[in-house]
Amino acid sequence: MSQLPRRDPRQEWIARNRLHPRHEEVLAALGQGATSEWPGPNGLVRKNPHRVGFIGPNGIKRIDRSGTQQGAGGGKASAPVAEHKPLTEIAEPAFLVAVVPDMAGGRLSGHDKDLLGLARRLADADPAAQGAVLAVVFGSHKETNLGEAGVDRLLHLDSPEIAGYAPEARLGALITVEQAWTPRHWLLPDSKLGGGELGRRLAARLGERPATGIWQVEADAESATGWQCTARGAAGSLDIRRPLPRIALALAECAEPVSETRHAAAELVLPQPLPSTLSRIQDLGQVSVDPASVALSEAEFILAAGNGVRDWDAYHRAASVLGATEGASRVAVDEGYMPRDRQVGATGTWVTARVYIAVGISGAIQHLQGIQPCEKVIAINMDPSCDMIKRADLAVIGDSTQILEALVTLVSQAREEKRDAA
Amino acid sequence: MQPESAMTPALEVTVLVSIGRHPLTGRVRRADQDARGVELARSLADAEVRLLHAGECNESSEAALRGYLGMGFSELALIEQPEGADVLPALSEALDATSPHLVITGERAERGEGSGLLPYLLAERLGWPLVSGLAAVESVEDGMATLLQALPRGQRRRLKIRLPAIVTVDDAAPTPRQSAYGPARRGTLETSAGEVCNDDEWATWQVQPARPRPKRLKIVKAASARDRFKAAAAKAEGTGGQVLTDVTPTQGAEAILTLLRDEEVLR
Repeated sequence: MSQLPRRDPRQEWIARNRLHPRHEEVLAALGQGATSEWPGPNGLVRKNPHRVGFIGPNGIKRIDRSGTQQGAGGGKASAPVAEHKPLTEIAEPAFLVAVVPDMAGGRLSGHDKDLLGLARRLADADPAAQGAVLAVVFGSHKETNLGEAGVDRLLHLDSPEIAGYAPEARLGALITVEQAWTPRHWLLPDSKLGGGELGRRLAARLGERPATGIWQVEADAESATGWQCTARGAAGSLDIRRPLPRIALALAECAEPVSETRHAAAELVLPQPLPSTLSRIQDLGQVSVDPASVALSEAEFILAAGNGVRDWDAYHRAASVLGATEGASRVAVDEGYMPRDRQVGATGTWVTARVYIAVGISGAIQHLQGIQPCEKVIAINMDPSCDMIKRADLAVIGDSTQILEALVTLVSQAREEKRDAA
Repeated sequence: MQPESAMTPALEVTVLVSIGRHPLTGRVRRADQDARGVELARSLADAEVRLLHAGECNESSEAALRGYLGMGFSELALIEQPEGADVLPALSEALDATSPHLVITGERAERGEGSGLLPYLLAERLGWPLVSGLAAVESVEDGMATLLQALPRGQRRRLKIRLPAIVTVDDAAPTPRQSAYGPARRGTLETSAGEVCNDDEWATWQVQPARPRPKRLKIVKAASARDRFKAAAAKAEGTGGQVLTDVTPTQGAEAILTLLRDEEVLR
């Protein structure tokens, strides 16, 4: 079925004509319910004030005065906006722009999205010969809207030899991509998450001199590639303006992320299997680090406590069992339960955790500002109407002491079972 | 303790040092990451540590290089190169000649292009494995080194690598000891001439002091005035999460545990 909306002029006419015998049923069929406003028989606009507005998600009547709604349509928010983005498909690309995103935690980071935005700029510069953006993704990922980030072609490599820290095997895969499709540009994030290292290895292997730390790219007809870039050099103290080389390692915010179009993200398959390389580097896995020694601003997993925590010993035990770094709201610090350097929020530390558990924190605006970059927020609270619950991806209403205790029991049970099995 | 340990040949370590630049004053100094690399090499048991620098030899660079000598060395090998030269051929030739077991460098230079490519190019040229962003060397035995790599967010990863190898040092490595004045004066710079290769491309680029990057503007793409107002006045809110009311503590804990497992934060 086509997604195009079909108009029925007769139905619309009946919907406009309040005196038509089928007026009510047509309105119901169109999903508008009873109208609140209609032109009267003498040309006057008649209004029924009882029918204005709609019943909101919390059972309260809401009136939307923006003019987008008429009658009791129900609170359809801006959910279908994503659908209206035009889908761009590039069947016969003139060239490829290869991007290797970091995919930290299995998702596109802000840095990756900026990089894809830059790749789109390079690919779409000439409308007559449009290029396609190829994303090379290593390992399993959880990203569902790669197409909306601007990816035309997706090469997903997920074999055991490139899992973990395997720069040599990944380099081998990139060399295979180079031989198969020869992208015009290679873009990698200049980050510590692996992109910076992989890009430098690729440049060294291909014998190309890359540009590192790029933060600005401008079109320039005089340079060989048609682009001029500005890169940071000498530990960030110099700006180097130079023609954009084939391999570029860009900093975050090098371009605007793609927001207006949707792309196909069609899966590609390598024409030949990955070369088997003898790895001289053996990955022995991550080492457990004392979570208390990790700085709060860069901790990955934070268990934060606030005014609602009564049993502090249980809270500290839970933090050590879960392996989470401890944080606190301002109230808990002021009361003397936690040290000042553990305070999260605008007046304390701005945290960037991937998972943030707020125990008994109601969510003052200063605290919510401090946790803005956090990806997943879990709230444990007694009050179902507080601001933290609105921010949280998962909220559990209940007594924090009991829930933490149950969580500790579950985690230690799971660990015990694993030990028994091993 | 064991009699064999005296018989085993010492681990030969070469640290590539460069001339740093103080981020505020701009004065020359020992480079921070290279100094951390020297500290790391000093902490290795029975290692023969050698310092190597390729670059200009003048008064200011000598002062900076003596900063490394003050960390407890009597000599530093200096391959003389003109300003702005590509030091890669000279360094790879020197490393080929001495063939150390382990080469330690910083991640990137504090002056010049500072692209951080040198260790990768050296590894490619010499055919040695390379590990970047090291926090510590745990042990070296039977031609294999066990390393601790620093990951973002304060995490660590244990790696095993076959020697000879090149490693680069992260900011998470132990802080370097202070440079002592007396040994720094007494130490000698063993100057030698090396192959000179000019970097022509660098000369054609426009280089200027870094200007602050423009702040990214928050672009609101909204059709109506109401949407624009909502975007301007928005609080930090998630996209409507799941709320569990009237659940037993165990059910709540199970839901939390599932999310933690999905995000892979539990170890």
